[in-house]
Amino acid sequence: MLSQDLNTILPEIVLSLFAMGALLGAVYTVKDRAAPLLVWITSGLFVAVAFWIGTTGQGTTTAFNGMFVDDAFARFAKVAILLSAAAVLLMSQDYMQKRDLLRFEYPILIALAVVGMMMMVSAGDLMSLYMGLELQSLALYVVASLRRDSIKSTEAGLKYFVLGALSSGLLLYGASLTYGFAGTTSFAGIIEATQDDVSLGLLFGLVFLSAGFAFKVSAAPFHMWTPDVYEGSPTPVTAVFATAPKVAAMALFARVMHDAFGNSVGDWQQIVAFLSVVSMFLGAIAAIGQTDIKRLMAYSSIAHMGFALMGLAAGTAFGVQAMLVYLAIYVAMNIGTFAFILSMEKDGMPVTNIASLNMYSKREPLKALAMLVLLFSLAGVPPMLGFFGKFYVLQAAYEAGLAWLAVAGVVASVIGAFYYLRIVFFMYFGAEHDDHLDTGGSPVLWGFLVASATVMVIGVVNLFGIEPLAAAASVALVN
Amino acid sequence: MIGLEHYLTVAAALFVIGIFGLFLNRKNVIILLMSIELMLLAVNINLVAFSSFLGDLVGQVFTLFVLTVAAAEAAIGLAILVCFFRNRGTIDVEDVNVMKG
Repeated sequence: MLSQDLNTILPEIVLSLFAMGALLGAVYTVKDRAAPLLVWITSGLFVAVAFWIGTTGQGTTTAFNGMFVDDAFARFAKVAILLSAAAVLLMSQDYMQKRDLLRFEYPILIALAVVGMMMMVSAGDLMSLYMGLELQSLALYVVASLRRDSIKSTEAGLKYFVLGALSSGLLLYGASLTYGFAGTTSFAGIIEATQDDVSLGLLFGLVFLSAGFAFKVSAAPFHMWTPDVYEGSPTPVTAVFATAPKVAAMALFARVMHDAFGNSVGDWQQIVAFLSVVSMFLGAIAAIGQTDIKRLMAYSSIAHMGFALMGLAAGTAFGVQAMLVYLAIYVAMNIGTFAFILSMEKDGMPVTNIASLNMYSKREPLKALAMLVLLFSLAGVPPMLGFFGKFYVLQAAYEAGLAWLAVAGVVASVIGAFYYLRIVFFMYFGAEHDDHLDTGGSPVLWGFLVASATVMVIGVVNLFGIEPLAAAASVALVN
Repeated sequence: MIGLEHYLTVAAALFVIGIFGLFLNRKNVIILLMSIELMLLAVNINLVAFSSFLGDLVGQVFTLFVLTVAAAEAAIGLAILVCFFRNRGTIDVEDVNVMKG
């Protein structure tokens, strides 16, 4: 029994042992000089583990009395998390080395956060959910304030910590109520306890749990930490925040709603639909006045999470499938966009001001074109991949009888298109000025930017075959 | 006779005090940390009360996990706070305002 259980969580064990071993090894030997090597090893390991999980996993297995679930849904999310974390780590190396930020703890903390995320998406019990969530959050609080000597970075870390701890508190209070009124912490037990109707106590538990998750996915009205944390953290860390943790938190949200509260879809559908519509509109409207591209990406991610939540709000297997496809596309777009933001510098110093992009297309036509494709995709302009992501969730919401939500989504995405197109306008038709951004830059960033833009264009052929995988994943979750 | 509902009431009161401490406090970041701790302790009271009421040990196991994580969380929070203090020279909540909008 135990060996089977251990076998099920072997990828997580390998990653955590690696993190601890690397920490000890680096501390006792060359310290920060090991950092570039560790970055490469860690991302290599992420890719290897992603490949391992993606190719060998089959069916649904549970371990430790249902505390840990390994099913198609968890595997889909894990592969997305691992690959995006690997990409972001590789992108950050050059930037951090230039600014003397690359400490050996950085890849290790990211590895620990990724283990936490993998625990989250595989949680089958409120306890393992909480432990995974905290492992992820605690590691991320530290990376947010990685630049110890900067006011902005430490302030971002402090804000993230206080609001993250508040959200953990809300989530835990919900978990305690759920435990009390369902009599068990396991999702399988909770779904049995809610077979005929949901007691008032459980409903309160559900609301508190949802509020906690909404914090973690940065859905409005629980989004207030996002812009500050995105702006204050070092840009590579912002890229981390915008990708893997979002996938993990959304997947966890979907798992709890379907695995534990799958019998009371009607109860949580309204909550999720509310979060979705508020996030879409807030993300679209509040981003309009932004001048800092990192802050703008924060609002953009709030809006995107609103769309992903729309898939979840449908409450159907197709809805979950649409959500997963949307998340995969969202992550691919954000990797490219952040590769661009990381390469924005003037005289070697990072620049995040949107106005600095004026007439960028004249000096860097290819990069400007790649960014144009990505921005169109983020805005959901056909025929880019981002349009298909939006189309899927809208279709899911419509088929589930939430036509009003789908209409609201279309309106919000039209409003949101404005600020993406404004950047395109600056790049192609902006005012001519003298303080140019540096040209050239790291080949790694260039590679990720162009690859991501290419994916947005040629992905429309068959979405790289992720659609049947997402369908299998959603069937494993919703039954 | 003290029943389950009394414990739940105390826990709910503590939890609400914790939340209000977070939002109404304008003075000191340390008080924020105390409020967070208060919220987690309210959860622990809930869990232990339910555990005893249900005759089920899982709640107490959960409590031990929460206690451990809360300790780690406080350690990280204080470490970040020390870094912030070194840069800013103050830990007043009103001064955590370099970024706004």
